[in-house]
Amino acid sequence: MVSFVMRGCESVKSYEALRTAPNPDHAVVRGPGEVEVRLQVNGESRTTNIEPRVSLLDALRDRLDLTGTKKGCNQGACGACTVWVDGRRVLACLTLAITCENREVTTIEGLSDGDTLHPMQQAFLDCDAFQCGYCTPGQILSAVALLTEGHAGDDTEIREWMSGNICRCAAYPHIRAAIRRVRDGGGGGDAAS
Amino acid sequence: MRPVSYSRAFDVGTAVGAVSADPESTFLAGGTTQIDLLRIYVEQPRRLIDINDLPLNRVEELPDGGLRLGGLARMSDVAEAPELVRRYPMVAESLLLGASPQLRNMATIAGNLLQRVRCGYFRDTEAACNKRVPGSGCSALDGINRGHAVLGTSDNCIATHPSDLAVALVALDAVVQTEGPGGARSIPIDDFFLLPGQTPEREHPLAHGELVTGIDLPPAPVAATSRYIKIRDRESYEFALASVAVAIAVDGGRITEVRLALGGVATKPWRARAAERELDGAPATTESFTRAAAAELAPAVSHGMNAFKIELARRTIVRALEQMTQREVAA
Repeated sequence: MVSFVMRGCESVKSYEALRTAPNPDHAVVRGPGEVEVRLQVNGESRTTNIEPRVSLLDALRDRLDLTGTKKGCNQGACGACTVWVDGRRVLACLTLAITCENREVTTIEGLSDGDTLHPMQQAFLDCDAFQCGYCTPGQILSAVALLTEGHAGDDTEIREWMSGNICRCAAYPHIRAAIRRVRDGGGGGDAAS
Repeated sequence: MRPVSYSRAFDVGTAVGAVSADPESTFLAGGTTQIDLLRIYVEQPRRLIDINDLPLNRVEELPDGGLRLGGLARMSDVAEAPELVRRYPMVAESLLLGASPQLRNMATIAGNLLQRVRCGYFRDTEAACNKRVPGSGCSALDGINRGHAVLGTSDNCIATHPSDLAVALVALDAVVQTEGPGGARSIPIDDFFLLPGQTPEREHPLAHGELVTGIDLPPAPVAATSRYIKIRDRESYEFALASVAVAIAVDGGRITEVRLALGGVATKPWRARAAERELDGAPATTESFTRAAAAELAPAVSHGMNAFKIELARRTIVRALEQMTQREVAA
């Protein structure tokens, strides 16, 4: 298994332990009305009352005031809602929030270390890797995952493995430049390619 | 989305029992097709049984030398399983050419086989669709049907089966393992996907509550030399207009073994048996490949906008076979 290092999150080991120790209460039928759902988001335990049909995206934005995760298409076609669940990039619009109990959710708000930006966030600023900015949180979470996965070898590979994040402003060349900059240790990197 | 109740299952028996006891219950795994269809009211169960905690997510060796892909294994994990990549490269390629990295992290192997069609009329609850509402008609027959099938169609449905993975699996004679209210059974993949015929609403032989626990890949040395080639409107994150899974062995310039299947052009993942018959024992030349492609597409029927797919499928077959047999020349 690939191990992931995430700021503000407990170690992989601890949430694997959470997952493998099912709470017997979870086997009971819950809903269709509002039920208490406990989520672990950016290292914090958050509780909210939602119906089981509520997506992770809507729970984050409308209930937990974490509006960094964006709603684009709401049907799994654009990638604006990309978050990490148990360290893997997924689409929050096609994930029901209640299925994330016992899993660790990381959003764009959990990426920085206080006021210190994650290197990928800084690289997006330095490389001018966005215009309107709406797709940017999803792009950044995908980009960090891309490096962790080892799929940023060259521009062709970056293009293919970032294809799940659409940018209608077409900032793609600068997004690739930002990814190269972090991949190569923060220096250099032409803005265009 | 209609309101739903929710529970988690931690063992297969409980999951199967819960769904089979209630016609309005359904399994929830990766959700990448299902949540979308729930949201647009195409599917309307009242209870979801979350099966993501079931221990069915491994890729395992089988005693006969094959591999078992767990029903809940994620597309991304299976695509990187070293033994799969070594022994069945076309399966790994079919997975990596499908969807996006995020969706591949979510979507399961079983869900991939069971994904619903992408026909716009199936997804539009205002349109006639025999698959969604049996007997209501088919808006695609004289509608926007550029993406629709040219093989295996009927007067009731021409929707294309969208899976890439399933194309590689039918070429390999994979076996679907299930656990249902009547116990466990093994279903040859040829029997798993049904042609629309008079009953397009019936896509597979599973009983309500029957769970796909795994997919067995039989040993197939020829599959070590295999590829999945996908032609589409854009180079990534798009469904196939035409695709080919091919495994081939050539000895002394003659084809000694070949497995060929087509995606993007048929109502089910399409084993190209007519082409295989033409190719078996034939010289590995473009002439043979062209003849085989013509034989396979001979029964094709178009419905207007998708007429180009017949020629596209022929050319994709020829290209795939050329690439597999003339790689040394090309290099």
